Amino acid sequence: MSVRADAIVLGVSIGVIGLTFGVVASAAGMSPWQAFAMSALVFTGASQFAAVGVIAAGGSPLAAVASGLFLGVRNTAYGFYMAPYVKGSLPARLLQSHLVIDETTGMASAQSTEADRREGFITSGITLFIFWSSSSLVGALGGDRLADPEQLGLDVAIPAAFLALLAPHLARRSGLVAAVVGAGIALALTPVLPPGMPIIAALGGVVAGMVTKDQAE
Amino acid sequence: MTWPAIVALGLGCYVLKAIGPLTYGRFSPSPAVERALLLIPPALLSALVATGILARGTELQADERLAGLAAAAVAIALRVPLAGVIFIAAGVTAGIRAFL
Repeated sequence: MSVRADAIVLGVSIGVIGLTFGVVASAAGMSPWQAFAMSALVFTGASQFAAVGVIAAGGSPLAAVASGLFLGVRNTAYGFYMAPYVKGSLPARLLQSHLVIDETTGMASAQSTEADRREGFITSGITLFIFWSSSSLVGALGGDRLADPEQLGLDVAIPAAFLALLAPHLARRSGLVAAVVGAGIALALTPVLPPGMPIIAALGGVVAGMVTKDQAE
Repeated sequence: MTWPAIVALGLGCYVLKAIGPLTYGRFSPSPAVERALLLIPPALLSALVATGILARGTELQADERLAGLAAAAVAIALRVPLAGVIFIAAGVTAGIRAFL
């Protein structure tokens, strides 16, 4: 399938998870428009769920913002990776920057030409933005009357998609090592750190990959 | 979440995303830095897969999600397109939940 088709599929299938966010946000006391605004303005699933989780647990908005920002730090790493592919006028680059997240970076990094990377990034980003924000609104408006995403196995959809995007990286030994070490770090730290933090720590996998010699260098 | 908090989080997250793209060109990354940047996706994607499948909050739990991921892995190895991979993974997981 073409890059564009894959990117749209990714954007739609993950965007639908926004339904879950809408339901959770509503349960935590947010209005449907607040849920929609969060998805449109923050546009980072992990940060949004973390922030709402803090509110739901009785935390302050300040604590919610802090935890959301902390989880947003990995987007900075993605931003440095995506930088060569974010092109155009300053306004265009300002807009494109909003789309720098796990899924779009993953989509771009799974391609082998610069043109495909840009296509993957932009198309998945726009599709995801549309579906993520609109389904957040729908979820907040009446999500508890819709089917439970877990019943449909949708909680596995994101990891499965990420696995597909990860696969090309595993062909390089350094990529494989980075992946194994990254996963290992994240799993090891899951019981001892708040949710989301183990992912940031997984950047240690980059160090492991750096010291790994690739096959044909 | 108050409206100011929503806006603040949105602004902060945006700045974090934009630092890389907006400073690109001011400095040229060295080959070592380039190499490191290329390793960010596999390290983080892998961590996201692992925790997405095995974590429940701060606990590790192997359950039917693993079967869904295994099915996805097989589909990926068989070069099934992305839509099919997602459908298979969700379907296997939902099936196990419905019937077991």
